[in-house]
Amino acid sequence: MAKSVAQEFTKGLWAEIPPFRLVLGLCPTLAMTKTLENGIGMGLATAFVLVCSNIIISLVKDVIPKKVRIACYIIVIATFVTVVQFLMQAFTYPLFLKLGVFLPLIVVNCIILGRAEAFAAKNGVISSFADGLGMGIGFTLSLTVLSTFREILGNGTLTFPFIGYSISNVLGPSFQPFTFLVEAPGAFVCLGLMLCIMNMLGKK
Amino acid sequence: MREMIKLFVIVAIFSTIAGGVLAAINEATKDRIELQELAFVRGPAINNILSGCSNNPLDDRFKLKDGKKEIDFFVGEFDGKRDTVAFETMGKGFGGDIGIMVAYNLENDEIVGMAVTTHSESPGIGSRAQTDPSFSKQFKGMTINGKFAVKADGGDIDALSGATVTSRGVAAGVKESVDTYKRLKERILKKINA
Repeated sequence: MAKSVAQEFTKGLWAEIPPFRLVLGLCPTLAMTKTLENGIGMGLATAFVLVCSNIIISLVKDVIPKKVRIACYIIVIATFVTVVQFLMQAFTYPLFLKLGVFLPLIVVNCIILGRAEAFAAKNGVISSFADGLGMGIGFTLSLTVLSTFREILGNGTLTFPFIGYSISNVLGPSFQPFTFLVEAPGAFVCLGLMLCIMNMLGKK
Repeated sequence: MREMIKLFVIVAIFSTIAGGVLAAINEATKDRIELQELAFVRGPAINNILSGCSNNPLDDRFKLKDGKKEIDFFVGEFDGKRDTVAFETMGKGFGGDIGIMVAYNLENDEIVGMAVTTHSESPGIGSRAQTDPSFSKQFKGMTINGKFAVKADGGDIDALSGATVTSRGVAAGVKESVDTYKRLKERILKKINA
């Protein structure tokens, strides 16, 4: 049963939201959610690549032979990732420095390859665009929630990206940050808790 | 066989288009990226070691070819004299290359200051080469004939405790910088006075 374009878009926001429902792309989720700025930056970069690669792949899906499709997908994805790298270097250099190696690693992010293989290769341009946009925004939202939580509790601060505004003591001056939460194990714990909450909410 | 050729051709076409797109974007963003890199990576280091100069060293810069490499030189003006020049070299650290910006006084061949621009050293250990002023301050005032090595190797530099490899890398980078300075001094002077 074919879904409408609007449904393709909204499924990425809740029903199949990555990385909570679609448990893919965990590497940037764990590593890049220490601060809100990193989380949103990573989310937007991934969303951009996802939308572009979905559009291109659905456009050329009939030209690509089945045997070399993965190679072709990777070429398309890697091209857009490099484009994002150039643009970030040119316009948001400090963010580029913070994201570091995780920016080129978007190439091997399973959400993007997964959507290319599972969706864009079988559907039209408009639905693929809607799917990519929905998934991209969903991923950005997830990272935003996760990184806000980790930054406030783990560091006590909250820095809003792009406008440069930051609050130094969100929970009051006497608050002692749980440094554990901004370290790697804390990322696993936070992600686990989020998955748990999502599953409880989804239960009927 | 025919199918094989078809597969090759298609992947080759894809790669060619991708390459073309990237080349175009690289060309379009190259200058902006260089400016950004100057402002956010080398800028703070230069302003730190040339603090108190009366011009803007980031604008007052020129390039010189040293063999195959092209080096950016930043000129600092003190008391009305353009007698200080800073440039960046690379040293081998624990986690990769360390970018080292060293400024020289052209009149007495003294090091005016040293700062680390980029590095991939362990946070809190080797990264102190960039953040600990007492380490970088040691280079200040040394002449270009000094012994640029850590004390364990018979030099004049106190290594950062626990970060010997990083300290050695920085010392070797400064040594290379000094050698480059000696090699290029004539041409630097000519360029500044031109």
